[in-house]
Amino acid sequence: MEIYGLGIVAFCLYAGSFVGYFIGSLLGISGNVGGVGFAMLLLVLISNYVETKKGGWSERTQSGIYLLSALYIPIVVAMAGKQNVVAAFSGGAVAFLAGGLATILSMFLVPVIGKLGKQNSIDE
Amino acid sequence: MIMDIIGTLFSKFPLVGAIGAVALIMIFSYWFANVIGQKRMGSAIAIILSLALAFVAGKATEGSGGLADVSYFSGFALLGGSMLRDFAIVSTAFGVKLENLKKAGLPGIVALFVGVIFSFTVGVIVAVALGYTSAVDAATIGAGTVTFIVGPVTGTALGASSDVVALSIAAGVVKSILTMIITPLIAKKIKLDNPTTAMVYGGLIGTTSGVAGGLAATDAKLVPYGAMTATFYTGLGSLLCPSIGYMIVNLFL
Repeated sequence: MEIYGLGIVAFCLYAGSFVGYFIGSLLGISGNVGGVGFAMLLLVLISNYVETKKGGWSERTQSGIYLLSALYIPIVVAMAGKQNVVAAFSGGAVAFLAGGLATILSMFLVPVIGKLGKQNSIDE
Repeated sequence: MIMDIIGTLFSKFPLVGAIGAVALIMIFSYWFANVIGQKRMGSAIAIILSLALAFVAGKATEGSGGLADVSYFSGFALLGGSMLRDFAIVSTAFGVKLENLKKAGLPGIVALFVGVIFSFTVGVIVAVALGYTSAVDAATIGAGTVTFIVGPVTGTALGASSDVVALSIAAGVVKSILTMIITPLIAKKIKLDNPTTAMVYGGLIGTTSGVAGGLAATDAKLVPYGAMTATFYTGLGSLLCPSIGYMIVNLFL
């Protein structure tokens, strides 16, 4: 059932966020520290475990999860729509400089780190 | 009377109204992307359009919630809120195979860590250089430079203000769009022509839409390799930036 897929993701988000808030309180930050990352890791581990043990979830369960990931971009669009853009523009150079520099400099690291791969054989 | 009824509709079904509005924004954006011959830029254009609408709404209402401050579009607060956002992000990890993690091997993992740390560092340095000297602000903008998801995740965790969160999203959007545009142009120069460098590229840049768009414009066969490592990037960023990243920034500021 589709709702099972939604429930699996809900469980992962709760479990991951529990860890996130726990770390947050240990660090003295009132917030969810890395909980989303832990939840993603948990979903990878659970789904791979089920895959090897039982050949994966049913198609309908999977479509519940795919429904959520299909909503990812629309949710990001809505998220952009509720931001305080007026305030952001008053200091807009930061966004352009930070995003632009990081992208262009990262691109030039591709051949450098790619060389590591030459020593490791990777199936092509 | 008619206007009253229409107003009632929007106040009774705010989430439905927001979903409809986002659908319209996306229809227009994908149509426009198609017209200018850049099909893969649809989502990037939709995000920019949405930011532009939030700008107009912010000017009109003088509020801090963008479109969500316009009574007809109050549902944007829920649809674009952190609850549904985190729910949807976690779901994207489904389909990632553990053995693919191992297959990406050393260069993929190195690229992921270097990519997140490098982008975060560049973002923090730029933020501090331009006057955002509080640790929370600098870390949030640095996290936004990682991706436009990691920025708000970090900003929410650290309690950053909405305008700094908006800046962090803007930085991530700049990265995503720039990636789509310049990847096909410099692909040859950075030797982006085989699965290994595609995985390294995905791990270094990490913005999933940017990587998928940029690789598709370069060589469609490389898309799954780049997307494979890029899938982990936002998760790793969400893990590192609000925790270790913030602590290190806090040491220096």
